Amino acid sequence: MEYSISTFEKLILTCQNENKEIYEIMQEKEVYDFEISINEVRSKVLRNIQVMKEAISKGLKSSEKSLSGLCGDDCIKLTEKYKKQSALFGNLYEKITTYALATMEENLRMNRIVACPTAGSCGIVPAVIIALSEKFGLTEEQEINALITAGTIGLIISNKVPMAGAVAGCQAECGTASAMSAGACVQIMGGNVKQIINASALALKNLLGLTCDPVGGLVEIPCVKRNVFLAVHAITAAELALADIESKIPPDQIVDAMLQTGQLMSPLLKETSLGGLAATKNGINIIDKNCIK
Amino acid sequence: MKQKSLFDVISPIMTGPSSSHTAGAVRLGLLARKIYKSTPKKVTFILYNSFAQTGKGHGTDKGLLAGLFGYSVESDKIKTIFDTPQAKETEYHYQFEQNTDRHPNAVDFILEGDINMLISGNSVGAGNVEIIKIDDFSTQITGEYNTLLLFYKDKPGMISKVSSLIQEENINIASLECDRNAKGKTASMCICLDSSISSSVIQKIENIDDVYFVRNIEKLEV
Repeated sequence: MEYSISTFEKLILTCQNENKEIYEIMQEKEVYDFEISINEVRSKVLRNIQVMKEAISKGLKSSEKSLSGLCGDDCIKLTEKYKKQSALFGNLYEKITTYALATMEENLRMNRIVACPTAGSCGIVPAVIIALSEKFGLTEEQEINALITAGTIGLIISNKVPMAGAVAGCQAECGTASAMSAGACVQIMGGNVKQIINASALALKNLLGLTCDPVGGLVEIPCVKRNVFLAVHAITAAELALADIESKIPPDQIVDAMLQTGQLMSPLLKETSLGGLAATKNGINIIDKNCIK
Repeated sequence: MKQKSLFDVISPIMTGPSSSHTAGAVRLGLLARKIYKSTPKKVTFILYNSFAQTGKGHGTDKGLLAGLFGYSVESDKIKTIFDTPQAKETEYHYQFEQNTDRHPNAVDFILEGDINMLISGNSVGAGNVEIIKIDDFSTQITGEYNTLLLFYKDKPGMISKVSSLIQEENINIASLECDRNAKGKTASMCICLDSSISSSVIQKIENIDDVYFVRNIEKLEV
């Protein structure tokens, strides 16, 4: 179908008018725009889910370091910790935190991942969707629905804010990924369309201003650990949304604020590695000592 | 403008760690391969600015070579590309330069073999790329469209001859750009097409008088 879902408001209206879920509207739109079948759309999504799962299972077992030697063994450390002492928040929390680390560490080892929306934020969406899927025994179809919902949210944000740290800081990369995950989480938990979008809004609103200041210009510090934090952040947003705690600022206005914040952000904090963490004493020393330039 | 897809957000499936510095590098290599067509005996990569500063930490050097050898962005060969038989048979070098006139993620491919060619490109973000120059001619090849590239003698009627051959196959032209080094000398034509073109039409275009060089650069897979 020819749907106009360029904003969250339009998406909610379309879902209401058509009495359909977000993933149904999105997959029908994809069919219309790109002249492919629903099956083709869904099997492409499934392939992405398979790669996400492969990256998690490989990453959980590996302690191979990155090319720079700076990162790569945190997932193993966290897994060992949980073996000795369970997470305070329980098994789902253990899964989310280790899966985010596993995926990001696979990324920096030059192994296969799904950029979702970017490579530097590739750990967040898989951590949330796959952890929830395992916890609640989701079917393949439900996993696909959740990832399409997540993708729809990212697509709407990207209509206004390019998903690039160089343009709008990390709020546009990991922030977008966290908003995508929050919405997917609410959908998996049976929330309605408004709650899904509200979860994304809450997640995004609380990440505005997040800078992109990677040490040495590498997708490692702080990116790897940040993926863990923002995967957990998504769950917080989902819990609030499922309680009908509404963002007083509507989602489209939050995206406007995100764009403005990105524009006001100094170029030193937008993927140039000239400010912030990258410009700290240790940030500079680590690179001089370790790094292959 | 390109219609945005769900798969602009949840993709590409790629070898890490960076969409611009790794996947983008592979895609630039793939485009250079399609433009050069045969395998070069020797290649020199000149990496500029951010590509030069952080390229090795992102595997940009490996990605460029892997693309030139035809591996896709998700290939597990990228990581170990220097150990492949192709790498052993090809002479390759890297140079690292700073030049503020160039894009932050710019690269030159100096390709030597049956023919010599200089190809310049940029990685513009999220794995998207552009080939901006081939030898002396400016181009705009992004891999998003099937693109026909021609070098020919600058003279009247060339565009219409080529476009009418394309029209015969009922193929829509999405965009067309020309450049020339001087009036009456060599010119270049870059034609983006909405569908793929048959080899028979390409042959007819090759047979037009004063067309020196034709390449059918098929669009890159996501």
